[in-house]
Amino acid sequence: MNHTIHFKVNGERYDLSVPGHHTLLQVLREQLVLTGTKNGCEAGECGACAVLMNGEPVNSCMVLAAEADGAEIVTIEGLAHDSQLDPLQDAFIEAGAIQCGFCTPGVLVNARALLNRNSDPSEPEIREALVGNLCRCTGYIRIIEAVKMAARAGKEVAG
Amino acid sequence: MRPFDYIIPKDHAEASALLAEGSGAARAFQGGTDLLIRVRGGFIRPERVVDLKSLPGMQEIRLGKDGWLVIGAACTMNQVAIHPLVRERYDLLAQGTASVASYQLRNRATIGGNCCNASPAADTAPPLFCLDTIVELYGPGGVRRLPIADFYVGPGRTALQRGEFLTSIHLPPSPTGAQGVYNKLGRTKVGDIAVMSVAVYAWPAATQSGLTWRIALGAVGPTPLRAPEAETALAADISPAGVVAAAQLAAGASRPIDDIRASAAYRRDMVRVLARRGIEKVLDLTGLRDLSGLGGAA
Repeated sequence: MNHTIHFKVNGERYDLSVPGHHTLLQVLREQLVLTGTKNGCEAGECGACAVLMNGEPVNSCMVLAAEADGAEIVTIEGLAHDSQLDPLQDAFIEAGAIQCGFCTPGVLVNARALLNRNSDPSEPEIREALVGNLCRCTGYIRIIEAVKMAARAGKEVAG
Repeated sequence: MRPFDYIIPKDHAEASALLAEGSGAARAFQGGTDLLIRVRGGFIRPERVVDLKSLPGMQEIRLGKDGWLVIGAACTMNQVAIHPLVRERYDLLAQGTASVASYQLRNRATIGGNCCNASPAADTAPPLFCLDTIVELYGPGGVRRLPIADFYVGPGRTALQRGEFLTSIHLPPSPTGAQGVYNKLGRTKVGDIAVMSVAVYAWPAATQSGLTWRIALGAVGPTPLRAPEAETALAADISPAGVVAAAQLAAGASRPIDDIRASAAYRRDMVRVLARRGIEKVLDLTGLRDLSGLGGAA
């Protein structure tokens, strides 16, 4: 049984027909071809599929597409605006926080959510916020550095 | 994932009727963080999932006239963990919910789902056991209420009958001066499932030690467990020796098994350690540790 859903993804409205058992992740990647959001573990452990749903991060592999009816979704493709990178993206490049890159979209989305709710997180707060994002390359140190850099950059802009 | 229909029922009666149809053909759905994993793994094969979270009250936290806090079963872990009334009056539960998995998972995982999944390792369970929680169920026979300890029947098994679902979690008014501590052992500092866990809760009362106690244990039995002998012992004696003895009694109340995450012997001994730490921390928080005979020497 298919469901018709109306939702916004990265500011654009979509009306889609989705099977009841398809996840938000599947629909983003396969129907909208927004393949920046990655399919990792499909068990809510790795965070590669993280997107913002109504402003809060969720693992899109654990959300049924039908549940996203009426929601506003932001994926990694929606972080940059008019080819202007999010300060977090600049910081990740600057800090060398990306190696293979598979985890990066989920980390960036989740880190953006962290900075939205806490503009000046401590290192333990950053580590705790990103505990659901597995990275097998970087050892996390540069990711944490990058989040700190972006927070500092945000403060300078605000200050 | 094996196909299923996704249904949003229009009211409680329809939800109950949908869940009652066919044996195991329909599954209650809230955050999906357990259900979808089990469908993917082929452990369950529902034809329908019935999304309960839009039913009235399911996502609300409200203070009843009688002073009880009513938490809708579909409230997310984050919603519970940051709620001002939960933090102010039931911090023990805030600690339990905040310790579940990751931030983004806690945006989906619900407190009711955690109960209905009935894992002995459920992080909300030891706090809910300490808080003398009552759960409210809706089903073909109407509404009924149960103490949380009667809701947990066995590993993965609850008291829910066919067509019944959990609607809300009711916390009695918290006693003045109550303090609680949830200690959880995982392979990592945060984010992991509990290898075992201990919740300790106490409030000022006319007992010999000046406090009434609740101690509940996670992942050391077929269901979460209370440790009544340890509670009674602490009501009488909170001296350093009394604390050590009570922690031992708590370990004695556990009925752990050997499994992939730890041995039974290790779990039992960690109950002793986390119970002692929890009791000491609660004594600190209640300001009664000085009366325990430690004085300034500790």
